[in-house]
Amino acid sequence: MKTFQYERPADADTAVALLADAPTGAYLGGGTNLVDLMKLGVAAPDLLVDVSRLPFDAVEETGTGGLRIGAAVRNSTLAVHPLVRERYPVLSQALLSGASTQLRNAATVGGNLLQRTRCPYFQDVGKPCNKRRPGTGCPAREGAHRDLAVLGASEHCVATNPSDMAVALAALDAIVDVASGHGPRRVPLTDLHRLPGDAPDRDTTLRHGELITAVELPPPMPGARSAYRKARDRASYAFALASVGAVLQVREGLVHHVRVAFGALAAKPWRARTAEEALLGEPATTASFDDAVRHELAAARPLRDNGYKVPLARRMAVSMLTELAAASAGGTP
Amino acid sequence: MDGTSEVGLRINGKPFSRVIDNRTTLLDLLREQAGVTGPKKGCDHGQCGACTVLLDGDRRVNACLLLAVSLDGADVTTVEGLADGDRLHPVQQAFVDHDGFQCGFCTPGQICSAVAAIAEARAGWPSVVTPPDTPPGPVEPTAAEIRERMSGNLCRCGAYVNIVAAVREVAR
Repeated sequence: MKTFQYERPADADTAVALLADAPTGAYLGGGTNLVDLMKLGVAAPDLLVDVSRLPFDAVEETGTGGLRIGAAVRNSTLAVHPLVRERYPVLSQALLSGASTQLRNAATVGGNLLQRTRCPYFQDVGKPCNKRRPGTGCPAREGAHRDLAVLGASEHCVATNPSDMAVALAALDAIVDVASGHGPRRVPLTDLHRLPGDAPDRDTTLRHGELITAVELPPPMPGARSAYRKARDRASYAFALASVGAVLQVREGLVHHVRVAFGALAAKPWRARTAEEALLGEPATTASFDDAVRHELAAARPLRDNGYKVPLARRMAVSMLTELAAASAGGTP
Repeated sequence: MDGTSEVGLRINGKPFSRVIDNRTTLLDLLREQAGVTGPKKGCDHGQCGACTVLLDGDRRVNACLLLAVSLDGADVTTVEGLADGDRLHPVQQAFVDHDGFQCGFCTPGQICSAVAAIAEARAGWPSVVTPPDTPPGPVEPTAAEIRERMSGNLCRCGAYVNIVAAVREVAR
């Protein structure tokens, strides 16, 4: 690990000012990804600005009945929060699906969102990787890519974003609050992460020094049901092969509101907007769900060894939507 | 720019202060500077749980992924801090009674993790295998719950069956 300076400012303004003057510095949240990457030599910041103790540790109802989640809230705290369990089960389930309790106890909400989109080649400094060293190539395309992206990848990168929480937040239309020297701004969660294109080294749309301060959820849709499901190689404590988070509101047998997001298929949580548009106003039946999800996943471009993800993700989404419809008020089983 | 900081914490109730290299993890501080060698270095990447310790009460964490400099003021409990004098902590005693180990390398982490896992279930924290319609209150410590809650601790000897039995006895 390279040596670095450590600062723990008392407020966000100081944190932002410190990093603005340090082009190769980084914020430190729970450190569960960053410290690991520093040990591997993948990350080598010369300054860590510890933001884990900034006063962003509250989960509060908003004036409109939504929820405002401070960026320093620990993943485990958020997962078991009564309002999250009651109103946003997809988020509680996604958090509990991620990592181990030890890691969730350390990881912050802001840090979870800013963990690196990654693959085994990115983590191995002995290998070429366009994300770690732009222009060196992508061995994953011909190599070990069974776990990697089938949607939105580019010739330069096929890494996936491993966050379960972000998939749930995408399905919940979450907004991310960001502070910087240029003042605060609000970023829809679905615009926070980016597809690799020809700049796979950039995981997000944040500029250097921008600091996530909170995540805001809109009020839950009345009568809507939500859930998160994750397929993985072992029963617990593993990254997803595919995951799905969904919110469904049914009225008189018809889809009135639907959100579907996939994890582990792309470099960002994949909001299934094509499927959502196709389903609006349609009967809440397995046949409708299957048609819509097939339409969405027609965009998949699997590599040699990860084609299994497409039918896996489809079956997971269709069965989940079918179950949510059955559970919905006025839903048809 | 010397890359060092002063840090002060409590380790098993005893104050510990020192100027440290900022790169020092909590695990390395415990083992190499404080002489507390219960927490073990298995993978050193947060994947095996052998380094599990308790922070500020019952918050279990991987000591290998925490920078000690970020923990100024923290209260750290390792396996050495669990017993009451000569009397073993109930989880330690249950691991002995149920033969919850073979080589023992993962055991300090398993035991710290189990102490916290039992407290979490009693506090009503759900896990991913807890049915969503479960009413609030303590979670029934079924074998499935224990396996899920202990999944951050690997045992290469495969003593899992006896570990589950040990944890279950105390959790009930």
